[in-house]
Amino acid sequence: MMIERNIKHLISLTDYSNEEILELVKLGEKIYNSPRDYADTCKGQIMATLFFEPSTRTKFSFESAMLRLGGNILGFSDANTSSVKKGESVADTIRCISYYADIAVMRHPKEGTPKLASIYSEMPIINAGDGGHLHPTQTLTDLLTIHRYKGGLENHVVGLCGDLKYGRTVHSLIKTLARFNTKKFVLISPEELTLPSSLKRYLKDSYDVEIEEVRYIEDVVDQLDILYMTRIQKERFFNEEDYLKLRNSYILNKEKIKEGKGDMIIMHPLPRVNEISYEVDSDERAVYFEQAKMGVYVRMALIMKLLEVE
Amino acid sequence: MLEVKQIDNGIVIDHIKSGNGLKIFNKLELFKANSPVVLLINVESKQLGKKDIIKIENTFDIDLNLLGLIDENISINFIKDGKVIDKKKVLMPEKVSGLITCKNPRCITNSDDYVKPTFDLISREKLEYRCNFCDEITRYKI
Repeated sequence: MMIERNIKHLISLTDYSNEEILELVKLGEKIYNSPRDYADTCKGQIMATLFFEPSTRTKFSFESAMLRLGGNILGFSDANTSSVKKGESVADTIRCISYYADIAVMRHPKEGTPKLASIYSEMPIINAGDGGHLHPTQTLTDLLTIHRYKGGLENHVVGLCGDLKYGRTVHSLIKTLARFNTKKFVLISPEELTLPSSLKRYLKDSYDVEIEEVRYIEDVVDQLDILYMTRIQKERFFNEEDYLKLRNSYILNKEKIKEGKGDMIIMHPLPRVNEISYEVDSDERAVYFEQAKMGVYVRMALIMKLLEVE
Repeated sequence: MLEVKQIDNGIVIDHIKSGNGLKIFNKLELFKANSPVVLLINVESKQLGKKDIIKIENTFDIDLNLLGLIDENISINFIKDGKVIDKKKVLMPEKVSGLITCKNPRCITNSDDYVKPTFDLISREKLEYRCNFCDEITRYKI
């Protein structure tokens, strides 16, 4: 039996209007400013955290968000402890969990799994990352950070550096920011890890946004309002040699951001390996730890919206 | 010249691009059909130069979406009592369910049997479909 109920999920931000996204970002900021006002909004509600692939940070962020709203959590963080290991379809898993929880957060290595779950779920599903595909709450986190530190989402020159080929956080952020009149995207990556041409074509066709592609941060840092760094991920490479060759290519240090604007912000989805030197942490423009903090507040906003408890 | 008699009841799939007849025969799994089936290859055609034709007797059930995916120039004639009672042109379907597999090996539709892969047409010229689950673009090949 297919579920006909009209339940709001978050699978992809493309399912959300600009107004809905802004509403979440603004609610996140309100919660950040007065968290005590929201401490009991989800009392008595249960959130299931279904992590078929490990991710401590995202899982903790969601769990912290729900606990700060007064709700409860249950879940797993290893597919080996779930019945999917026995060959159960995600459709069956989610139908059962719908009876144990009021909302579910799902991370899965296979792309499109949260979408599949949402078709059969009787509760809201939040996509917490599906393979190399989407990670919409990371994007919401990034948007709240930009909104808070740059006073809005529009008209920025946004530099994105590192793994632009496989990095889903980057793809999602670019696609969403393009909807908010981004002035220009500056893509900084080695040739092997450039943004997929299909995505560049989409940005040009849909938003006619200016795109510049370069190899080195120093060449463009002076024009950036936002510098978004990403990790070059080992698991996205087929062999270790390619990974090691590229890993150290894009390391941000004080020298490289010397020419950057005073009000530029430096972001990173974390965890970092060595792509940002520790010396940058003390720079006023570095906001990547605050960014992780924003993640909790925007997730609180999202949980509230999906549970309709505002 | 080789002659094949007309069928009294059934379907004639005409104007198949020469060379595609056997592929369509296999795709439609006509080798499993209970009724007589004729596959004609390299038939002279004013329109195409050469064409293939498939005649299936005593059936009116055919997957138009699948044929639309293969070749938009195909025409289908439904025959009853020796007369053409209906003609249909096929169109490349805007939505496809189950006929294509997603080319992305990491897509859930390739590992979870529960779900039928579904796609939206994004380019008629390039035969490109976007997966509704992982957004990967798959080009249909017969």
